[in-house]
Amino acid sequence: MSLRTTPFHSRTGPLSEGQAWRRWAGYVVASSYELSHDREYHAIRNSAALFDVSPLYKYLVTGRDAARLLDHVVTRNVGKAKVGQVLYTPWCDNEGKQIDDGTISVLGEQTFRMTSADPTLRWLHLNASGLDVKIEDVSETTAALSLQGPSSREILQIAAERDLATLKYFRLTSAQIRGIPVTISRTGYTGDLGYEVWVDAAQAVPLWDAVIETGRPFGITPAGMLALDVARIEAGLLLIEVDYFSSRHALIEAQKSSPLELGLGWTVATDKERYNGQAALEAERRRGPAWQFTGLTVGWDSLEQLYAEVGLPPRLPTQAWRTSVPIYDRGGHKQLGYATSGGWSPLLKRYMALAHLGSEHATGTEVRMEVTVEHRRKQAKALVTPLPFFNPDRKRA
Amino acid sequence: MKRYDAIVIGGGHNGLVTAAYLARAKQSVLVLERRPRVGGAAVTEEIFPGFKFSMFSYVVSLLRPEIIRDLDLPRHGLHILPLESTVTPMENGDYLAAWGDHDETRRELYRHSPRDAEAYDEYGRLMHFMAQAVKPILGMVPPDPTSFAPGDLAGLLKLGKHFRDLGGERLHALVKLMTMSSADFLDEWFETDVLKATKSASGIIGTFLGPRSPGTAYVLLHHYMGELDGVFRAWGFAKGGTGAVSESIASAARGFGAEIRCDAGVSKVIVGNGRATGVVLENGDEIPARTVVSSLDPRRTFLQLLEPDHLPSDFVSDIRRFKFRGSSGKVNLALDSLPSFTCMPGVGRQHRGAFSISPSLDYVERAYDDAKYGEFSRRPYMDIVFPSMIDPGMAPPGKHVMSIFVQYAPYALNGGWTDAKREAFGDAVVNTVESFAPGFKSLILHRQVITPLDIERITGLSEGNIFAGELALHQLFFLRPAAGWAKFATPVRGFYQCGSGTHPGGGIMGASGRLAAMRILKDGT
Repeated sequence: MSLRTTPFHSRTGPLSEGQAWRRWAGYVVASSYELSHDREYHAIRNSAALFDVSPLYKYLVTGRDAARLLDHVVTRNVGKAKVGQVLYTPWCDNEGKQIDDGTISVLGEQTFRMTSADPTLRWLHLNASGLDVKIEDVSETTAALSLQGPSSREILQIAAERDLATLKYFRLTSAQIRGIPVTISRTGYTGDLGYEVWVDAAQAVPLWDAVIETGRPFGITPAGMLALDVARIEAGLLLIEVDYFSSRHALIEAQKSSPLELGLGWTVATDKERYNGQAALEAERRRGPAWQFTGLTVGWDSLEQLYAEVGLPPRLPTQAWRTSVPIYDRGGHKQLGYATSGGWSPLLKRYMALAHLGSEHATGTEVRMEVTVEHRRKQAKALVTPLPFFNPDRKRA
Repeated sequence: MKRYDAIVIGGGHNGLVTAAYLARAKQSVLVLERRPRVGGAAVTEEIFPGFKFSMFSYVVSLLRPEIIRDLDLPRHGLHILPLESTVTPMENGDYLAAWGDHDETRRELYRHSPRDAEAYDEYGRLMHFMAQAVKPILGMVPPDPTSFAPGDLAGLLKLGKHFRDLGGERLHALVKLMTMSSADFLDEWFETDVLKATKSASGIIGTFLGPRSPGTAYVLLHHYMGELDGVFRAWGFAKGGTGAVSESIASAARGFGAEIRCDAGVSKVIVGNGRATGVVLENGDEIPARTVVSSLDPRRTFLQLLEPDHLPSDFVSDIRRFKFRGSSGKVNLALDSLPSFTCMPGVGRQHRGAFSISPSLDYVERAYDDAKYGEFSRRPYMDIVFPSMIDPGMAPPGKHVMSIFVQYAPYALNGGWTDAKREAFGDAVVNTVESFAPGFKSLILHRQVITPLDIERITGLSEGNIFAGELALHQLFFLRPAAGWAKFATPVRGFYQCGSGTHPGGGIMGASGRLAAMRILKDGT
């Protein structure tokens, strides 16, 4: 294979029944291990799903000015964060347009781990001039597992031989699993109770074995990206290059988005010193963003009717889709925006989509989404639905 | 004393659905349940510490998508998990398996018969059309074919047009399905005995008929109805057992403002001037209501809750003739670990689906022969699932629960059911499983055996019939439960029926409950 495999590949490789792999940041990871991703999806909501998330870009930022650098780069307030906290944050260019989003783990007063979807080393260096800071690319040397679902805590508690009930949402702790030093963060990309386990790549395989073995009586299920994609839509979580484009990759202005337009206004700090994009974001906040990122629920009755017209029961894609689909007003004439991800939620029994709507249309309105029914373009009714679609109490409890 | 707009007698899933729809329409609703928990035959109970069982009904069959949507049941905790495979162990040590993946299933069939492997797709296509033809009926209030009322005529016309539009070929197939035995119908398609046996088994569930009895082919269709719902797929296993389905409907009903009272059995419906005005509880309390709805089966609804002089005598005799004839039992086991079957040794994905003990048509028909003459089957047909493999929360970590649906166990057993006979029946079940999975018996930590008499005693379902009245052709549609009274109303004004003993009945479907609520709201009584 000319693409890289992750440090868990000696375990994940043999599990793949259909050799269905997906590319992620130059690596291959499983699309689904079984022929269908169905059971892997249900494990996220029913027991525990284990994902290999090693392809994330990871940077270790240390030194006296580490917090200062990160605060300059991202929109959240890093200086205010306490040791043991994890921040989800976007970061922007000087025009306040989003470059990427990821997490910052506060490992120590002067030690931070940043994750990103795109390579970020150069951007960090560009912003670090004159600062006393060391930036290390640990993408290849740090492996990561994500254990998501209602049983994830029970499994990790046994594996790490410690109580995790006190580990709050978006907090981290160091621990040992069968003698392997790890960092456990209560984070994930599913909107469920879940954890990510960070480990030295050299110890990846024994960690996988330990987690799988502990999790077996709890129904632990290795899961791939297809299952994850459904869960993250239910959770209303953005995906770069799908729901928005990095301003560094955009070829025209219209392809760029600001965090305020992506429903990430809560991540844009109002209480910190200068950071990239600050002036533009403050101005945008004052005048209001032009776009809103929102959920849509496509009406089943409407779909049933469209399909009945051609003599078929409704047929929906069994996998989440990642294409741009026009959204119209309720009359079906004026285009209000576009959906960028969508799919059937097997849990909620709903056809969901994530969409960008012109701000004036984004609250509590009925719209139309384009659907293709037997080769013909039709419009199905859809209701603007606040995100997330699914938000169980256990996520934060 | 508060007077309710509606009192629903019985907190089974249909009663709860009716209550939820009425409450959603801003009616004040009270559900009265005799047992300490809602659910009726859809209950989850921790019979043995740490082990939870769907005591009676164990799979969600055709819970109507419109109910899931209207009541937003997922928000109230409903999570239906896929149950994808079926393995049938054969007596020669081989097996027949149907997997979630279509190609894999076809290859498996090919191993038994290349011809059947090809016929399988064509059969599936026909059944798709048949299910499509029958499905609208599930959501329809049955029109009375003898009536000239505009509503009935319109319904009949619609139905007539619907069937005419099917075209000759499909209409003929439908008539065959309605009249043939499942064995005969399957004979027209397949040659592999074990395949026919396993498919036909779904045609006998809950009936006092064998695979070679006419009328059983129709029930085969029910399996395909679920597939019409496509991604909606309400066929599977409910997280937390079937009790969780009831709980989610109850939660939705409460969300709309309905009150649900458990440990509150109803002894009588109060009738004055030909009109229901309330109920009397077993403790003597009277609660007034504008409308009273019974989710109990027809026998208890009309012969127990009402005085006979409130009803026309021909109607009473129709209800007396309504057939129940419970024929199914259930064995719930707590297991130390999973059994290994001779045909497919070890523990694996096969345990996440069903095991069907239906090795041949003769085997299933012989099981029926025993029942015909008043005995339980010595080697019964069984549908086995391991719910803890699908929802690990059903048993302590590493341990398992096993659900065995058994047929036949006739309600009218020769000499009647006794504790000793119940255990003998349990032994027959366990010994039969042991013959396909040697060593299985040593894994059993706890055993609960449920006979039709137990079903009747615990849930109240007459003669322990799991469908609140046999799903036989003469008891369906405008004949369920009686000619002229299939539209949820009863001869007593303000008194309605909403249980599985009304159209369309059967399984955790909720359609009866919904249609009844629609009727009540339309009448506006």
